[in-house]
Amino acid sequence: MKAMRAEIPAISIVGLAKTYRAVVAVDGIDFSVSRGSIVGLLGGNGAGKTTTIAMIMGLVLPTRGTAKVLGTDMARDRHRILHRINFESPYVEMPKRLTVRQNLKVFGALYDVPDRARQIDKLADELDLKDLLDRETGQLSSGQKTRVALAKALINEPDVLLLDEPTASLDPDTADWVRTHIERYRRERHAAILLASHNMPEVERLCDDVLMMKAGKIVDRGKPAELITRYGRQTMEEVFLDVARDRRKQVAE
Amino acid sequence: MSEAITYHSVSARRVGAMVLRYWYLLRSSWPRVVDLIYWPAVQMLVWGFLQLYLVDQTSLAARAGGAFIGAVLLWDILFRGQIGFSISFLEELWSRNLANLMMTPLRPSELIVAQMVMSIVRVLIGLVPVTIMAIIFFGFNFWGLGFAVAAFFLNLILTSWSIGLVASGMVLKKGLGAEGLAWSLTFLLLPLCCVYYPVSTLPVWLQWISLALPPTHVFEGLRTLLIENRFDGPSMITAFLLNILYFTAASAGFGLLLRSARKTGALMQTGE
Repeated sequence: MKAMRAEIPAISIVGLAKTYRAVVAVDGIDFSVSRGSIVGLLGGNGAGKTTTIAMIMGLVLPTRGTAKVLGTDMARDRHRILHRINFESPYVEMPKRLTVRQNLKVFGALYDVPDRARQIDKLADELDLKDLLDRETGQLSSGQKTRVALAKALINEPDVLLLDEPTASLDPDTADWVRTHIERYRRERHAAILLASHNMPEVERLCDDVLMMKAGKIVDRGKPAELITRYGRQTMEEVFLDVARDRRKQVAE
Repeated sequence: MSEAITYHSVSARRVGAMVLRYWYLLRSSWPRVVDLIYWPAVQMLVWGFLQLYLVDQTSLAARAGGAFIGAVLLWDILFRGQIGFSISFLEELWSRNLANLMMTPLRPSELIVAQMVMSIVRVLIGLVPVTIMAIIFFGFNFWGLGFAVAAFFLNLILTSWSIGLVASGMVLKKGLGAEGLAWSLTFLLLPLCCVYYPVSTLPVWLQWISLALPPTHVFEGLRTLLIENRFDGPSMITAFLLNILYFTAASAGFGLLLRSARKTGALMQTGE
């Protein structure tokens, strides 16, 4: 039974598509993310990353195809599995008038976290939030808010973590610090992490595999080092630009 | 186990977490608390003094002592109940927190129950001080109406939740552009549910529509109680049955609008 469970990918996407009226946001994509790995979802604005993540979370219903998390179809049965998932995005905020501690208490209760006070203290230690716990969330700087959002994302120690640009608007020091924490969390919890990012050094550092999206399709995939070699480039940033500017075919030729 | 089935499941712990979230918010802002008392108090004073004036002018007003004050207090249960319900929902959109919540194990039914609890809390924060003022200024003891108060309150709060569900569903589907509905939808009932005048005042064809609305039975019931000194139980049961019907329809409507929002991606774009 355990072996069977181990074979189920943490995230399994098959033929996933989403059309908003005449606009094709995601166009029949397939991929999987196994436990203990970090997969990067890359693409320019409007490539379909956010819609893909929203369908994986079950917040958006696919037009066709399936998004399964830990074997559960998120369009149909998401409530069976939501306690094992969490996400963080700079585009989603937490109530500003509540203190950090109050917010974490509420989310801890929603996720039914046992011994919430201890878990909040532990996260405050790990994410350097001790001095912020009793401050209103809306009064924090963007870097502090990101750390609080990360604490919220880790409050239930999720098996699957969806991160949408987790280091956007952070200074290099804080961003590095957040990346180190994400790496450690993956290692310690053997968690599956899907990371949407525009920060290519971050992708190179964190991701085991990368999915390159353009116009709703996955146009290329592979390990960062493999992609760099295949495109004959020095960095993922250059690979990203090749894909974004359609130089992919010329490179292949 | 489909969304349709889980939609009906309720965990007291998660409901408690959401009530705690709204309580923290209310506690953190005294203007929010003052706002709950201020307008009901002004309304009650205006109608109370008008009633005092009319008592000297007409025998009917003299016989129906407290009818206006009672009506304004009951109207406030309906209006504030709906606003209290809808504001809890709007707070999530204003703070861009809805996607966070929707990603937790919180179910739509639990969010709705938490909104109901907060609707009662907000109504009581406004109603209790204002009813005390009514005793002090006009000698009208709202709570002295006894069991009738419970029947009136139950029926009005149920109606307010049905309206709140429709307003919340529309905001969910259409974004904050539909926020105005949350503030104004209940006022549609003001002329129809005969808050300050009997149903017989309306044209006959409109009376049928009016009697299909649960609050009409409550306001008629208040006048019956104050003028004829009689509690109209069957009318309250009719109102309750109508409320069950409307609440069921509103819940189903909210479920459909939520599903529609998941189809259109509105849950991720809860702005204007």
